[in-house]
Amino acid sequence: MIHSLFLINSSGDIFLEKHWKSVVSRSVCDYFFEAQERATEAENVPPVIPTPHHYLLSVYRHKIFFVAVIQTEVPPLFVIEFLHRVVDTFQDYFGVCSEPVIKDNVVVVYEVLEEMLDNGFPLATESNILKELIKPPTILRTVVNTITGSTNVGDQLPTGQLSVVPWRRTGVKYTNNEAYFDVVEEIDAIIDKSGSTITAEIQGVIDACVKLTGMPDLTLSFMNPRLLDDVSFHPCVRFKRWESERILSFIPPDGNFRLLSYHVSAQNLVAIPVYVKHNISFRDSSSLGRFEITVGPKQTMGKTIEGVIVTSQMPKGVLNMSLSPSQGTHTFDPVTKMLSWDVGKINPQKLPSLKGTVSLQAGASRPDENPTINLQFKIQQLAISGLKVNRLDMYGEKYKPFKGIKYMTKAGKFQVRT
Amino acid sequence: MSSNSFAYNEQSGGGEATELGQEATSTISPSGAFGLFSSDLKKNEDLKQMLESNKDSAKLDAMKRIVGMIAKGKNASELFPAVVKNVASKNIEIKKLVYVYLVRYAEEQQDLALLSISTFQRALKDPNQLIRASALRVLSSIRVPIIVPIMMLAIKEAAADLSPYVRKNAAHAIQKLYSLDPEQKEMLIEVIEKLLKDKSILVAGSVVMAFEEVCPDRIDLIHKNYRKLCNLLVDVEEWGQVVIIHMLTRYARTQFVSPWREDDGLEDNEKSFYDSDDEQKEKTDKRKKPYTMDPDHRLLIRNTKPLLQSRNAAVVMAVAQLYWHISPKSEAGIISKSLVRLLRSNREVQYIVLQNIATMSIQRKGMFEPYLKSFYVRSTDPTMIKTLKLEILTNLANEANISTLLREFQTYVKSQDKQFAAATIQTIGRCAANISEVTDTCLSGLVCLLSNRDEIVVAESVVVIKKLLQMQPAQHGEIIKHMAKLLDSITVPVARASILWLIGENCERVPKIAPDVLRKMAKSFTSEDDLVKLQILNLGAKLYLTNSKQTKLLTQYILNLGKYDQNYDIRDRTRFIRQLIVPNEKSGALSKYAKKIFLAQKPAPLLESPFKDRDHFQLGTLSHTLNAKAAGYLELSNWPEVAPDPSVRNVEVIDLAKEWTPAGKAKNENPTKKFYSESEEEEDSSDSSSDSGSESGSESGEEDEEGDSSEDSSEDSSSEPESESGRQSDTENRRVAKRNSKTKGKGDSKDEKKENEKSKTSDSSNAESSSVEESSSDSESESESESESESRKVTKEKEKKTKQDRNRLATDVSLLDLDDCEYWDASVLVPCLVVNPVSTPVALPTPALSPSLIADLEGLNLSTSSSVISVSTPVFVPMKTHVLLHRMSGKGLAAHYSFPRQPCIFGDKMVSVQITLNNTTDKKIENIHIREKKLPIGMQMHVFNPIESLEPEGSITVSMGIDFCDSTQTASFQLCTKDDCFSVNIQPPVGELLLPVAMSEKDFKKEQGMLTGMNETSATIIAAPQNFPPSVILQKVINVANAGVVPSGQDNIHRFAAKTVHSGSLMLVTVELKEGSTAQLIINTEKTVIGSVLLRELKPVLSQG
Repeated sequence: MIHSLFLINSSGDIFLEKHWKSVVSRSVCDYFFEAQERATEAENVPPVIPTPHHYLLSVYRHKIFFVAVIQTEVPPLFVIEFLHRVVDTFQDYFGVCSEPVIKDNVVVVYEVLEEMLDNGFPLATESNILKELIKPPTILRTVVNTITGSTNVGDQLPTGQLSVVPWRRTGVKYTNNEAYFDVVEEIDAIIDKSGSTITAEIQGVIDACVKLTGMPDLTLSFMNPRLLDDVSFHPCVRFKRWESERILSFIPPDGNFRLLSYHVSAQNLVAIPVYVKHNISFRDSSSLGRFEITVGPKQTMGKTIEGVIVTSQMPKGVLNMSLSPSQGTHTFDPVTKMLSWDVGKINPQKLPSLKGTVSLQAGASRPDENPTINLQFKIQQLAISGLKVNRLDMYGEKYKPFKGIKYMTKAGKFQVRT
Repeated sequence: MSSNSFAYNEQSGGGEATELGQEATSTISPSGAFGLFSSDLKKNEDLKQMLESNKDSAKLDAMKRIVGMIAKGKNASELFPAVVKNVASKNIEIKKLVYVYLVRYAEEQQDLALLSISTFQRALKDPNQLIRASALRVLSSIRVPIIVPIMMLAIKEAAADLSPYVRKNAAHAIQKLYSLDPEQKEMLIEVIEKLLKDKSILVAGSVVMAFEEVCPDRIDLIHKNYRKLCNLLVDVEEWGQVVIIHMLTRYARTQFVSPWREDDGLEDNEKSFYDSDDEQKEKTDKRKKPYTMDPDHRLLIRNTKPLLQSRNAAVVMAVAQLYWHISPKSEAGIISKSLVRLLRSNREVQYIVLQNIATMSIQRKGMFEPYLKSFYVRSTDPTMIKTLKLEILTNLANEANISTLLREFQTYVKSQDKQFAAATIQTIGRCAANISEVTDTCLSGLVCLLSNRDEIVVAESVVVIKKLLQMQPAQHGEIIKHMAKLLDSITVPVARASILWLIGENCERVPKIAPDVLRKMAKSFTSEDDLVKLQILNLGAKLYLTNSKQTKLLTQYILNLGKYDQNYDIRDRTRFIRQLIVPNEKSGALSKYAKKIFLAQKPAPLLESPFKDRDHFQLGTLSHTLNAKAAGYLELSNWPEVAPDPSVRNVEVIDLAKEWTPAGKAKNENPTKKFYSESEEEEDSSDSSSDSGSESGSESGEEDEEGDSSEDSSEDSSSEPESESGRQSDTENRRVAKRNSKTKGKGDSKDEKKENEKSKTSDSSNAESSSVEESSSDSESESESESESESRKVTKEKEKKTKQDRNRLATDVSLLDLDDCEYWDASVLVPCLVVNPVSTPVALPTPALSPSLIADLEGLNLSTSSSVISVSTPVFVPMKTHVLLHRMSGKGLAAHYSFPRQPCIFGDKMVSVQITLNNTTDKKIENIHIREKKLPIGMQMHVFNPIESLEPEGSITVSMGIDFCDSTQTASFQLCTKDDCFSVNIQPPVGELLLPVAMSEKDFKKEQGMLTGMNETSATIIAAPQNFPPSVILQKVINVANAGVVPSGQDNIHRFAAKTVHSGSLMLVTVELKEGSTAQLIINTEKTVIGSVLLRELKPVLSQG
């Protein structure tokens, strides 16, 4: 399946290569560089590039291209999904996934990659199994290793590998037993010029941080499970139980994991918590344009909107902008033409606004489209879909765990057309 | 480096060795190969020293640096000798890093690499499974052809390893060995076949991967494992799921008939024609056969559904393509929701998913229509995503939603991403062409765009308008005039060319403008693009033909310009046109038709989706993404018109029920499974139960044979059951013989005392004597009718009452002989004589056939006939062996059990169970005994004496007795060795809870008369004609239930009598053949529960052919 892996940084250097079968010359990446050149932007590099003898499948994350070399037919998503899993694992191991970090930990990276694939077929991708095979580097462990001469490499097959619950290792012990669940919902929306909603959807996830001793068996039930239109589970969730009772029943992995992602159908009316008033105009005659936006709350169920950031990609003809915000800070990058306004909290009594003028390049014609405004925001303690967790119970262990549930709503891909 | 190695890469994949050499040089920096080489040497020198030091820490540091070099792509091959020495290091991290190094460089340094092999061979025997597994991994990754035999051996051994993790690695190793040496294919297929039977969820994905790589065409290997794979699927790790689903999709397309309803009338006719051919299916509706889905087909569809909820996009996509390709069209709808969910994922995932949706949305619009808004484009999407979304929106456009879509498109046209805007214009054109209601709206919208300030937008609009106008050659003179004006401003060649072509085509509609355009163009001819020049020439020619008065000179001027153009295409075209349109003496007939040639009605272009032609690729594959066949792509076959024999997937019920399963869940499913396959047998009459029964017997005993017989069974040849049972009886005899020799030792001492025993010792000759008697009496009439011999046989059997195993053996053989009656004539005697002495060599030194013995037997007969209920000897049936403990789960100890159907020696309420223990390990197994009986209330068990030790490869048979209390409850207990305990259980088939009873017809009727009403259960069955011969009925009933045959006066009524072991209640079975092919099955007993269970088991047996 996966023949080789090349890691390429944004300046086009191959800084790591790993082969699982016979060695493929790194010159195969030239085809990739060609495609990269043609695409101009990193985002537009096609994920699948055919070459005369190989196929290059790549993902782009953290400013690094992970390029897998394939020789024969394979479901492309298989490779892509796996590459993403590799990135996730690196992130899990080192905290961040960046070129210097990978270079510093090249031995661990190599050992991890060696365990993740055998002959190009995934062998161990569960992070808890990997971590038992190859321990993540920590300062403490490095010190201990130098003194005692012990290694980072486990010499026993992780118990999870053979059990029916491969995601959980045995013998977990905590002094404080706690289970936290974060219900995070994101609103994807497109708002048109007049302020009416073109499309709006809610995508939610439940992220969990479970630190419980032994083999706890948890059940989580909702007040209104009918809201969930489409769900996808962590493998630990018992599907049959969900089908019949709409209850999440599972033996959790140890630590952080994503229990569930869900989708609230577009049929339900989605409450849009903010509105944007905008007045952006360019005139044919003068090289100056007017720019004014105001952000205000709407249907927030009494909660404050925080962390508001407004970004907008201005047309190419824009030379500079002179703006003054009523609150927060703003920047305009004349090279990328990106306007960014960090608003912060919205105070309903005094709505934040950004006003000023736009200067266009001399002689350039008026842009025929106004820029789209992208919005980010957060609302704490609110799940905008109205989803509520009813109760969380634990079976199988005797102690009383500390439980907590947090709700949050965020903007996902939230766009306002002007 | 880039240009150099780029050129090189053209020949990459040719030879690995050259590639490596090339790579080594390419890593050398431009400072000059020589200088760097020496400095490298120096650096490596200290690494060598470190590797040779005694300290692990120094070695580890050195190895870490070396791995760093490998990661950067630097050449570290010259350190090979120093590194390979450390392969046996105690430090596991050093060891692992050495492994990494070895795998990377072994191919270059084959001779040195051989030094490390012995280390791996040792490690393959390590008690730690992780070490065994990683040794196998490295050994199989070393691409040195010399060690192929060693690898083969290692793989074979690992495939039988007790640890599923090691077996998983063995499956991976198969692929590696195959790519190293394809010659090994046949041997590897054997290993694959074996691993496919593995029940571990860990192994399933990897072995299917190996199957796909090595022998994807051997679909026959899947049959027996199909249901298991379907059931395991949910628990398999996600990567394995993807591979298995793709393989099963292919499998389903070859094994099941299409669930898609054909609208074509012809197809229907054809179908009904086939229908009448296969008679087993319902033929109620002659005109149209209602489609019934194969239960296995349904199983696959049902079991993959939960995986749509997987967090892994590849799994979701795999299920989606499975539904798309094999489920009924009405059910495929459920995948759209999940696919739309994936659109929230990373851009790469989005890209692939959108491509697949695009292909789907062409064929089945309805599936994605509800999700129209999910495909709306955001300004932040990368261009490739935008274009794909646009593609899908176009495919989904219809009369109902077009107005919303057009409004949306308007926004897109204004996008700053001009490439995307241009694509939108194309899209609008396609919508206009496909939906006639909006054509005019779209056209006017496009015309508006002609005044856009962006050139690309205008150019694209021109091109699209041109196509639209061509499709409806109507009265769009105004638009053409407008476009003619654009020629002054627009510079994009395609657009200019399009306008010129449009004017040329419609030159008669705009007679005033056209010549003027030509005049302008003549002026700028030399500076135009080639594309435009060609169109100018065309325009000139067309005008010359329609309006030569005004344009003759202009055209000639242009033709002259073209004659000396730099581009040969244009020169060619000029010459061609001149010859055609300018009349001269040489131009013959063609110039007359010049007008027709130039101004012919041109077919309108079809505005089609670029995804139109992708649908012949399987969705979700690389080939589909590339729209080109990738190496190793396996074509999805068309549905077969007639489904291949579905019974090939039947797995023996006992196998399923008793064999070791990893998860508790699977265990629970087994009982239903059992029903399932039974009911299926009812439906498809192809495989007779006797067939599968006898097969299962031999199969569970000798695993190796399973493959062969499974292949054979598909043919369902008539000779097969015979040969099978023949083989079966052989093994049976051997077993029995062994037992006999054992009991004989005991028996001899006792037996000698009693005179009476003489008849017993010789009773194995009993049957012979009877059959001899028969055949001697009837020897004149050559072909003895079956039924006759049958009834005689039965009467004979009644005589032998408390005779035990030897007796049984004898009956066995003779009954078997009866089966083969067609082949037998007078010579029937001879084989009888031959077989018996062989099978019981000790018990019967001389076949005693003295008339006195026969007389004795007759006497016996007389004396016993008076008693109404007396236990008779069981009629022989091939003994079914069930797995008690699989050798995988028993750490090498295998146990099988069977019901020998003899009265139990431990207690008269017990059923005797015979257990055969095998030691498949290479060590002695000591102290085998039974512990912790967990029996339902009332049940009792007499265990066998502990076995002190069992030699490797040794086997021992022991008997025990279980009182099941006349119920089919399981007896659970633990089978223990010195070191381990294994929980096992025995569930008796209802037919084994009986003891045969001999009684006369009269007694039978009397007893039956007392057991009516509630105590009677009956059923009418439709029996296949081949079931009518009495011997067949007898055999079938006896196969299921341990009953005695009651001699019957009528040909069409067969009676069987038995009593339950525990309570001794009578169990009377009557089979009455009726007119037509129906038969009445009646069971009379006080134990109604057992009676009804027995009825249920008998029904399918009798009704099938």
